[in-house]
Amino acid sequence: MNTSTLNTSKLNTTIDRTDDQIYEPLDFDGPTRLRVVAFPTSEPATGRTMLQAQGLHKTYKKNRVSVPVLKGVDFAAQQGKITAIIGQSGSGKSTLLHLLATLDRPDQGEVHFDGHRIDHLSRRSRDQFRNQRLGMIFQFYHLLPELSTLENVLAPIMIGRSAFSYLMNRRSIHNHAKELIERVGLGHRLHHKPSELSGGEMQRTAIARALVTNPDILLADEPTGNLDQETGAGILDILKDLNREQGLTIVMVTHDESIAKKCDAVVRLSKGRVESVV
Amino acid sequence: MYKFLLCWRYLRTRWIALASIVSVTLGVATLIVVNSVMDGFTEEMHNRIHGILSDLVVESHSSGGISDSKWFEDRIRETLGDRLEGLTTVVAVPAMLNFSFNGSNHTQQINLIGIDQQSYASVSDFSQYLMHPENQKRIDFLLKNDGYAPGRSTFPESGWNYRRDMARLRKEIERETQRNRELRRQIKSAEVGSLSLSESMDKTTIGGVTSSPEPTAQAAGNSSDIASPSSTPEPTGLAASSDLENQPSPESLQQESANDLSSVDSAKQEATELNPPQSDSTTTEMMMAGPSLKLSPTDPAARAHYFDSETDTHTGIVLGISIGSMRYRDPHGDVKDLFFVRPGDDVTVALPGAGSPPRAIDESFTVVDFYESKMSEYDSTFAFVPLDRLQKIRGMIDPTTGKKSVTSIQMKLKPGVNLAEARDDLRAVFPPDQTMVHVQSWRDTQGPLLAAVQLETTILNILLFMIIAVAGFGILATFFMIVVEKTRDIGVLKSLGAPGSGIASIFLTYGLLLGIVGSGAGVTLGLLFVWNINSIAALIEKITGREVFDPTVYYFSEIPTIIHPAMVVWVIIGSVLIAVLASVLPSIRAARMHPVQALRYE
Ligand SMILES: Nc1ncnc2c1ncn2[C@@H]1O[C@H](COP(=O)(O)OP(=O)(O)OP(=O)(O)O)[C@@H](O)[C@H]1O
Ligand SMILES: [Mg+2]
Repeated sequence: MNTSTLNTSKLNTTIDRTDDQIYEPLDFDGPTRLRVVAFPTSEPATGRTMLQAQGLHKTYKKNRVSVPVLKGVDFAAQQGKITAIIGQSGSGKSTLLHLLATLDRPDQGEVHFDGHRIDHLSRRSRDQFRNQRLGMIFQFYHLLPELSTLENVLAPIMIGRSAFSYLMNRRSIHNHAKELIERVGLGHRLHHKPSELSGGEMQRTAIARALVTNPDILLADEPTGNLDQETGAGILDILKDLNREQGLTIVMVTHDESIAKKCDAVVRLSKGRVESVV
Repeated sequence: MYKFLLCWRYLRTRWIALASIVSVTLGVATLIVVNSVMDGFTEEMHNRIHGILSDLVVESHSSGGISDSKWFEDRIRETLGDRLEGLTTVVAVPAMLNFSFNGSNHTQQINLIGIDQQSYASVSDFSQYLMHPENQKRIDFLLKNDGYAPGRSTFPESGWNYRRDMARLRKEIERETQRNRELRRQIKSAEVGSLSLSESMDKTTIGGVTSSPEPTAQAAGNSSDIASPSSTPEPTGLAASSDLENQPSPESLQQESANDLSSVDSAKQEATELNPPQSDSTTTEMMMAGPSLKLSPTDPAARAHYFDSETDTHTGIVLGISIGSMRYRDPHGDVKDLFFVRPGDDVTVALPGAGSPPRAIDESFTVVDFYESKMSEYDSTFAFVPLDRLQKIRGMIDPTTGKKSVTSIQMKLKPGVNLAEARDDLRAVFPPDQTMVHVQSWRDTQGPLLAAVQLETTILNILLFMIIAVAGFGILATFFMIVVEKTRDIGVLKSLGAPGSGIASIFLTYGLLLGIVGSGAGVTLGLLFVWNINSIAALIEKITGREVFDPTVYYFSEIPTIIHPAMVVWVIIGSVLIAVLASVLPSIRAARMHPVQALRYE
């Protein structure tokens, strides 16, 4: 799949479609230029810092009570490595992951992806970044209950492409998705709804969904947290295989010290700061 | 793509949303039914009013009318040119109708309209509302033998045959009365003696002749008295005969005397020749009837003629059917018509003369037909007579120039001609302050009624759209619930890179689809209802035992409906718009949702 042509065509349509501004006024000039520069299509070299955060601060405010969660977090994930984030419950692991995924904005500090700053991009550009460069999996799988396994896996592609482009390339897209589902061992569950799947099967569907756009990095928030030991290990194996075979960069939040030990790097969060990097 | 997929899935898995649009469906169905019925009524009324009234009227409100109608006619033809299809002159005056029924006198206020038989048909559908098939083709104001209202079983026997029968019956009763009186007199004379017999005979004869002007009118009343109730001839006949006993009818006496006393006869004849028939002075019935008598050529006594209802008629009059009849419901619940007068009966009309000050003129007419336009306003007031006759009675013919006055000139325009424009053109030619005439179109005349119906329709539409708007709030609430329920999914979609606009369009499309489904079902329901409205009415009648559509109130036997496609389209557009508008707020809320908070939502 040639992502470069896809990206440019998508950008053009973005500029034309002013009706998308209805709810969120967008700054087009900046992101448009940045977009082209920020996400080069060439394969990144190994050993580089893929995702980097500097001095991240995040404080939740509610009714004059402010909860400082992150107080200057520095973080880096190397290309092709699995980085684990560990820490006590409430230490801000999920918050950090959301900031890294551009789902939220830090109060202070910067997030860089492949050498380019991403946290200050417009909402629209961040949406596109998440859609095309990033894969995410969650503790509670977060599959769409109305869609089948296959449709859930196809969702990011449907979001990223126009209906026309999707329908034109429907066959190749479907084949790609089916391959991925096959890869996570769910080839026989293509047309089942999430409610008809087990927890492990749902998480494997979520992994397939996260990978369907060929992202550069996978962010996982306690992917095994809701599963039993054995199933969790199975999920971990899949992630490790992906990392080994395709050089996929993975950032994973976990409670489990034993899982963290198997990772290439471990970042420990405590009281809103990085306590130690192993 | 995901928008349509998700939208479609939400529609299929959330039947509760469909429940929220049932109210839209019902609102739309009601709108369609109400509009179709109202349009049907309006159209029916338009057609009727338009059929009765001509397109344009130039009318004068002075009692003398337009004295020089020819000048006006020429101006009109000049102004309208080839836009004009037909033109006729009319005299319309308020009048009072008098007839007897069951021995009592009935007086009713009417609108007496003199029409020109030839040209009136060219401006109005007048004749198609008449009862007799021949009159429907062409009205000649002559009494037909029979065959009135062929398709109507409740229509009583009427026409010449009925008139002759009644006249014969009346004569027989008179003869019988005479014979009774004779007998009684003989009995009396046998008791008292031969001297007093001759005395009483003298008295009767003199009384009959000298008192002729006044009792004649009574006699006319009496004769129609007897004529009316054919269903119960015997008791009425008896009543009438006793009437005649107390008050000797001069008419009958004249007939008697025609055989015996030729001197009286000739004296009467002289009186007729002396008094011109048009004179305003008190005239006898015979004198008034004189010029209009339809003399049968075989009548040997053509010159020395007295009005004989067996062979003669007065000038013909066409009465609005509600003047001469009453619609009611008998104890079994069937709708019946009771006819007070019918074609063949005589009526008297009192009308104002054209002079100043106007003097009341009495004139007898023979009912020749009924007029049923099914507009109660017209059916209960209109009475038509020949124009030239009415002009003559009212003194509207200038004795020196022979010019005839009219009160209004009615016009029919060619199809497709702009009515208001033609009216304004005429108004420019006849400025009301100078010519003292008023130019009106039929819409102006019926303006208040049509406007009232229009207002009613508008208000109903507003109310029903309010109902749909209420349904819109139901959709709004349901959608908010769905958005809240889908919070986590919205967060997931956003984490996958879906823009806010895309998420908003999921719910907007959802609203649109619901609107389409709801109004589609509503339109189907409404149209089915309208198409079967009469069978539904019949069914409700059967179940409740009460008439839904009372023919004594409305003249329709069926509920008229018209479905305007444009109306249906507007209803669909309106209701779909309401459904979409109702989904706007929830959509905005969904689009604005913060992805992290949405993901954390439990
Ligand atoms: N919207 C919010 N408003 C206020 N406080 C918040 C909000 N979201 C999170 N927090 C607080 O931020 C802190 C960090 O939360 P976070 O979910 O990042 O912890 P965590 O390390 O992921 O915990 P866990 O291991 O249980 O998932 C918690 O104390 C939480 O109460
Ligand atoms: Mg967490």
